[in-house]
Amino acid sequence: MAATKRTELLTTAASMEELRRLAEAGADAFAVGESRYAVRMAGEFDLGMIREAVAFAKPRGVRIYAAVNNLIDNALLPQLPAYLRALDEAGVDAVIFGDPAVLAVARSEGLTIGLHWNAEMTSTNYATANYWGRRGAMRVVLARELNMEQVIDFKANTGLEVQVQVHGMTNIYHSKRSLIHSYAEHQQRSGKEAELKEHADGRGMESGLYLIEVERPDERFPIYEDANGTHMMSSDDICMLESLHELLEPGIDSVKIEGLLKPTAYNEAVVRAYRAVMDAYYADPEGYRFRDEWLDPIRELQDPHRELSFGFFYKEQVY
Amino acid sequence: MATLTKPKLQGKRHRLAKPELLAPAGSLEKLKFAVHYGADAVYIGGQKYGLRSNADNFSFEEMKEGVEFANRYGAKVFVATNIYAHNEDIEGLEDYLRSLEEAGIAAIIAADPAVIETAQRVAPGLEVHLSTQQSTLNWQAVKFWKDEGLPRVVLARETSLEEIAEIKLHVDIEIEAFVHGAMCSSFSGRCVLSNHFTDRDSNRGGCCQSCRWKYDLFVDEGAPAYAPEDDKFTMGSKDLCMIEHLPGLIEVGVDSFKIEGRMKSLHYVATVVGVYRQAIDAYFADPEGYELKPQWLEEINKAANRPLNTGFFFDTPGAEDHIYEPEDKAAPYDFAGVVMAYDESTGVATIQQRNHFKPGQEVEFVGPNGTFFKQTVGDLTDEAGLALDAARHPLQLIRMRTGQSVKPMDMMRKRTVK
Repeated sequence: MAATKRTELLTTAASMEELRRLAEAGADAFAVGESRYAVRMAGEFDLGMIREAVAFAKPRGVRIYAAVNNLIDNALLPQLPAYLRALDEAGVDAVIFGDPAVLAVARSEGLTIGLHWNAEMTSTNYATANYWGRRGAMRVVLARELNMEQVIDFKANTGLEVQVQVHGMTNIYHSKRSLIHSYAEHQQRSGKEAELKEHADGRGMESGLYLIEVERPDERFPIYEDANGTHMMSSDDICMLESLHELLEPGIDSVKIEGLLKPTAYNEAVVRAYRAVMDAYYADPEGYRFRDEWLDPIRELQDPHRELSFGFFYKEQVY
Repeated sequence: MATLTKPKLQGKRHRLAKPELLAPAGSLEKLKFAVHYGADAVYIGGQKYGLRSNADNFSFEEMKEGVEFANRYGAKVFVATNIYAHNEDIEGLEDYLRSLEEAGIAAIIAADPAVIETAQRVAPGLEVHLSTQQSTLNWQAVKFWKDEGLPRVVLARETSLEEIAEIKLHVDIEIEAFVHGAMCSSFSGRCVLSNHFTDRDSNRGGCCQSCRWKYDLFVDEGAPAYAPEDDKFTMGSKDLCMIEHLPGLIEVGVDSFKIEGRMKSLHYVATVVGVYRQAIDAYFADPEGYELKPQWLEEINKAANRPLNTGFFFDTPGAEDHIYEPEDKAAPYDFAGVVMAYDESTGVATIQQRNHFKPGQEVEFVGPNGTFFKQTVGDLTDEAGLALDAARHPLQLIRMRTGQSVKPMDMMRKRTVK
């Protein structure tokens, strides 16, 4: 059975335009949402746009997942039941959640909508995934800090669908504080003028701000602020293209390309490349061999300051 | 319930029961001091599954001794089992939890449902408290955990006083909140800086505090936002201190006041615990007439090694709540010795040396319940009565005359020499 079920190619979209282009390039599914309910989305998709996305996707067999994955405070709770009902009515294929409040509200509203458990850094073992599975989750989104052995072991020990990120940047630090704003204010108080001031609202996703740690001059860590706080991102982009078959073989259910902070042309090239690899693999799993030129279109568009890496897939960590 | 309006923060709530004062204990000795100085409960780390892999964590034998000591004071011992486990960590968990139960541990503090569920199944005598690592901010989530059988939730440090009041109105559950100590500036658990910088897993105890390192902020292609000599960017936060706002915390119904710092010194833990103990007791002795005593703040500052603030209790922290300037890590006072015995007839104390001291130096003696006096160090002898020009050997027993009577476990501190 595992052999017949094909791995889903999931990605993100910053706009309807990007969604159409990436669907065209071969994406099977999209994670979208808006920052009031979701964290670190590639772009803002309000309810109207989500409906539009579903209308576009359904006839093409493409799935739309709505993210409701931020850390929820009391103030958001009253809006949650109506929002989840609306997503259900809009026909999204699943809701992505991290906070148990979403699970509780979906339950009390009697919704049968699919639930994907995504706690980012803290989805680290299958026993916990199975715990959420028994409480209604159908999919677990793995932490990006796991290695290949742990990912495969995870899949072997859960009945839930398993999703893992295979391309793009990852969040490495999330604070509720407005750290860039605070820093600029501190400098201003000490009488320092800065370019930062001229970008009146230049702390968002479009600002291009990044950090360099004093001891690591070659690594650039993107940083931005929004309604959910301050987000610091990895200095490298995961790229599992040449090792993708290692995830297809054990039947990982969904592989994700994170398009956050990337131009559409880049994301398009990435989706195409992964689609090509997956099609080649499924055409002949036994005879499949990776061909290095499949990586060329990605290499061509890759930001020269950002290394293409294997993330934590082949690393050992200590603690 | 749906029509509940904003909780009333102004109107005083009548509280009959004192909140628990919960202190960190990085070692058996620190546990004893924390309890002796007034903690109602202490939390410690075992050899596994905790988030401070660098602390001197407890063996089961030490736990038993700690529990025995604490029980004599009517205090409880909790164990932090707050990692986010990886698949391979699950093996051995059942035995570990059973051993905690056998050692007389009252509760574990856990974040990972795999740990929570296992504890409920194999060690039902252990209470399970939800760790702040779950970043719980809202009452629906708190209610979820109550329905899962947890008697207590440690809220995210991002929760305000008003939000706590609202949570208490909706859910009948014990709420534990950090009131003092160092803070993650990220949502707890939502930081993997250490993983990226050093291949050490933050959520399994490997945190190397990369948030306190220095960074340069760049605007787009290669232009630094500030000059190289300007203060660098950092996420490093000032430390939390709520000693000036205890009535508010008591009146919204926080059930347990938690002090951070399993890696902190004995002197720090005992001093901070002593101050909060006195403040809580003073409030309950006379809620209407309660006033902050200036010496409480002075005491806290003698142990503090970072500037202090009030975290998220009143507002989201801003520019003034981060440490951009170079950190002056030294506390203004050093722990110099512990009283082991006191001879009433001669006025001579036996003091175990914890740092260099010598005749002529100004020192302070501090004990539980705010006992305090200053004196100048007089003649010193060793146990055999041999005169010493200074106490320079760690843990050496020193005899000296004290200005007032002292008790075992009183601490002697000296001003830090700069």
